Amino acid sequence: MAVPENIMQGFDRPAWYKRLTGLDWAWGVLVMAAMAYAYFMYQAVLDEFETGILLGSSFGLVALGWFWKPFRPYALAVAVLSLFAIWLYGGSLQAAEQSFFLKFILSSQSAIMWMSALFVLATVTYFGALFSGSEFVGKIASSLTWSAVVLGMVGLMVRWRESYLIDPEIGHIPVSNLYEVFILFSLITGLIYLFYEGRYKNRALGGFVLLVISAAVGFLLWYGSFLGWAGLEGRDAAKIQPLVPALQSYWMKIHVPANFIGYGAFALAAMVGVVYLLRLRGERANPGGFAATRLPALDQLDDLMYKAIALGFGFFTIATVLGAMWAAEAWGGYWSWDPKETWALIVWLNYAAWLHMRFTKGWRGAPMAWWALIGLFVTLFAFLGVNMFLSGLHSYGQL
Amino acid sequence: MTTSSEQKPLSNKGFGAHLTRFLGSMNLAITLLVALGIASVIGTVLKQNESYSDYIIKFGPFWHEMFRTLGLYDVYIAGWFLFILIFLMISTSVCVLRNTPLMLRDMRHFRLNVQEKSLRAFHHVREETVEASPETVLAHARGLFSGQGFRVREKKADDDHSVLVGMRGGWSRLGYVFAHVGIIVILIGGTLDSKIPLHVGKLMGRVVVEHQDIPASEVPEKSRIGVDNPSFRGNVNIPEGKSANVVFLGMDDGYLVQSLPFSITVKDFRVEHYATGQPKSFESDVVLHDAKHDKTITQTISVNHPLIYENYAIYQASFGDGGTNLDLKLWSLNPEYDKPYSFTGNVFQTYSMPSQVYGPLKLEITDFRLFNIEPVLGKDGKTEQRNMGPSFNFKIRNEEGVAKEYRNYMNPLDQGGRFFYISGVRDTPTDQFRYLNIPQDREGGVKRFMTFLAYLHDETKVAQVAQDVTQKAVEGAGMDAKLQAQLKQTMQRLLMLFAQGGYDAILDDINQNMPEDKRQAAAEAFIKVLHSGTQALYLSMLKDLGVTEPDDKDWQFYDDAVSAISVLPYYGSPYYLKLDSFKQIQASGLQITRSPGKAVVYLGSFMLILGIFMMFYVAHQRFWVRVSPTESGSKILIAGTSNRNPLEFDGLFERLSKALFGSLNKSA
Repeated sequence: MAVPENIMQGFDRPAWYKRLTGLDWAWGVLVMAAMAYAYFMYQAVLDEFETGILLGSSFGLVALGWFWKPFRPYALAVAVLSLFAIWLYGGSLQAAEQSFFLKFILSSQSAIMWMSALFVLATVTYFGALFSGSEFVGKIASSLTWSAVVLGMVGLMVRWRESYLIDPEIGHIPVSNLYEVFILFSLITGLIYLFYEGRYKNRALGGFVLLVISAAVGFLLWYGSFLGWAGLEGRDAAKIQPLVPALQSYWMKIHVPANFIGYGAFALAAMVGVVYLLRLRGERANPGGFAATRLPALDQLDDLMYKAIALGFGFFTIATVLGAMWAAEAWGGYWSWDPKETWALIVWLNYAAWLHMRFTKGWRGAPMAWWALIGLFVTLFAFLGVNMFLSGLHSYGQL
Repeated sequence: MTTSSEQKPLSNKGFGAHLTRFLGSMNLAITLLVALGIASVIGTVLKQNESYSDYIIKFGPFWHEMFRTLGLYDVYIAGWFLFILIFLMISTSVCVLRNTPLMLRDMRHFRLNVQEKSLRAFHHVREETVEASPETVLAHARGLFSGQGFRVREKKADDDHSVLVGMRGGWSRLGYVFAHVGIIVILIGGTLDSKIPLHVGKLMGRVVVEHQDIPASEVPEKSRIGVDNPSFRGNVNIPEGKSANVVFLGMDDGYLVQSLPFSITVKDFRVEHYATGQPKSFESDVVLHDAKHDKTITQTISVNHPLIYENYAIYQASFGDGGTNLDLKLWSLNPEYDKPYSFTGNVFQTYSMPSQVYGPLKLEITDFRLFNIEPVLGKDGKTEQRNMGPSFNFKIRNEEGVAKEYRNYMNPLDQGGRFFYISGVRDTPTDQFRYLNIPQDREGGVKRFMTFLAYLHDETKVAQVAQDVTQKAVEGAGMDAKLQAQLKQTMQRLLMLFAQGGYDAILDDINQNMPEDKRQAAAEAFIKVLHSGTQALYLSMLKDLGVTEPDDKDWQFYDDAVSAISVLPYYGSPYYLKLDSFKQIQASGLQITRSPGKAVVYLGSFMLILGIFMMFYVAHQRFWVRVSPTESGSKILIAGTSNRNPLEFDGLFERLSKALFGSLNKSA
């Protein structure tokens, strides 16, 4: 529970709504106005579930903006750039060839390429900051990461619009295949990292966490490209494809993002685990050395690892339950022991065991860090391996 | 699953107590979680619920028997898997039963009687002497903690010291209860919807799994389940215009027939496509008729939009052929019949097909597909989706029961500007199709190819052509009559060999009759002779058809025809089945379920999520302020604990204790 600074001045902690500033209220009004506009503009095509999702996500945005202030400029930047791109497109995809901004920055493919480049650059810069110890370089790394998550989100937003420009009957939210969810994964992992970077005021983890994102970006580039790499033929998956009937459901809009908050948090926890192990090694081998002094303190890492896993576990549970509810509607049963479902259960059991060990046995330190790292591979298999090696109902992201 | 630090030592050391301790132990819980995880992995790696014959092919009889006995083909209903689940349920229940009272007490309990010694042992503790009176200290502390949202209790002890306790977030303890009860509720809900009763019925002999492929009406009573079965999930394929009042429940390697209290009719089934050719929607117009309640519901169902009737849900699950009517022409590929004969058949029917060469054969028409959207390499080098048009599948089975499977496309397909009638053949379902490409003739059919084939099989025509060709050679090169007769005989023999066995028959012949060093030269010579024979044969056929000046297209056709004939021996069917027209009848695959556990599972899921978030994001925090009077003021001992977020609690403890001491010093 965060305690606001003003407690030092007096004994009273005012009710939460009294603690909101004028800016907070402005944020709330802005989001609600945007929601109302969207509602009245698209009322005719929204069913009750989608209206509910619109309402829920608006309240979610307001709350997130109040809870995490830097989220507001982020969301505004995404909104402005996305609307600008949509305005540039007008009613035709052809605009992407003529407009400078679309062609080089804001069309979804360009924005996603920018995101990819910025993430890789940020990774290198974070390590640069870590090794040089320069605050300034660290700030640049943070700015690069923020730019990457802005452009990635803009890429998804514009892609959403582009799908409708191809053909209104093809239009859908871009979380429907492996290519799109890899962008989502990079984004969400980046955002969760930035949240904790702000909370802990420590950039030492940046390079490590962004390594996972850079790996995801590498996969994304290969998977989305027509070109091959390292003997593997590219899959040309970047093209917007129409939805198969099973995916045509409002559930996709909530099930997939919830899942990726889980995956993102688990990825963060694993990399924190890596840093934990490095620091521990550093402290043992050379207490005055680089790893033992530059990397965050062990108890802080341990705490962050727990928080990331707790966050991931919570959202992963929600996502799995939402998935079950969707399955009940699409496949006739909330649980079919389909490989993807079963692996979701395995991931869940794995982290449930992790949390139990921590809570009740009081396990800390290296074993838990190793476990968090192994957890990433279990998660990775559920996310990717199932699609690659096992067949089942979830065969949307074939490799 | 128990919280070790708060585990109450059991006073009763009897067997029951040991058992309870074992069942509620964390080690057991973790072991069960891991065991469940591993068992689940097995279920995903080994493909579940395939047919036993596929498993035997894959693993061999020994391992098949082993895996079957261990229940690995349907892991999630295997006795040992259920045993793990039941154990997990018991273990969780024991934990909940044991811990809930502790948790509930703890969330309400302020622990005002805490000893000074225990307070000093806390991780967060601080001591200070101030000039303010104990009353002022207590007033300040009360103000501070209630201002922070703590509930505050005070107690004045006999020896003049007072204790003030501030507590908040106690309901985080309820999170534990919700999450774990949620798990139990989910497991109960899942059990309600499981196939356990059917498996018990099978073990007790009340239910017998049916394995034969017979109509539902002929399935014996022991394999039928009545309408009183509260929970099932079954499938049924209903052709357009037909009705069903049962569904099939897959079990082991067979099925059971589940009766429904209503009938369901599929009026129409539709597949809509995107402009790109991918399927956009699968829909069925269905009519549900419940005779008992005299109720009729007409509705269109599609994927994600089931029909809900009372406790039943009817889903669009799949689709297939419903017995499409096919008009076929059977062109003989062996010289048995001169002319094609027309034949009308339906998908899923079996017909007998006489053949002098292969003996009596059975023709089983197995499937029809209106669209075949397949990736093809486009002109720009990119793969694109193309609709290859209608196709149908059939099997031709011989007397021994061995069958080859075929897939014939109705329309000729463009291959680099030339058009071919394509027929795929394979020996087992796991093989890839190998294709026979019959070139399309100028009239758009296969007649010219078949005529050419008939010429090749016609001994008199072959003899005539061989005579003519060799005659010309005699006149041209001055060959003697003996050599001519020899050459004629060779040509005739080669043409016959080719007609029956393709190039391979000729190569076999060479390998058998020639020494190794001469084979290469012989093969080249023989192929030359053969080709001059087939060319002459082709020309004579064209002449009979009225074509005297063959052009490039005719010669292209000749090349393609010879390639096709050369692979015919491997085609294995005495006929080429050409689809002329069809009347499609589709079947809609419906899944019908009854799932009383669903609401229970959702309730459990809701409790689980609520519990998890309460546990993680609400910290149960407690502060103790112990004040005792001194001569000049008071001595304060402040201590605190939190069950979550120790790092943030460090800060909070720091701030609050500073605020208390600071305010006291200021006011003093």
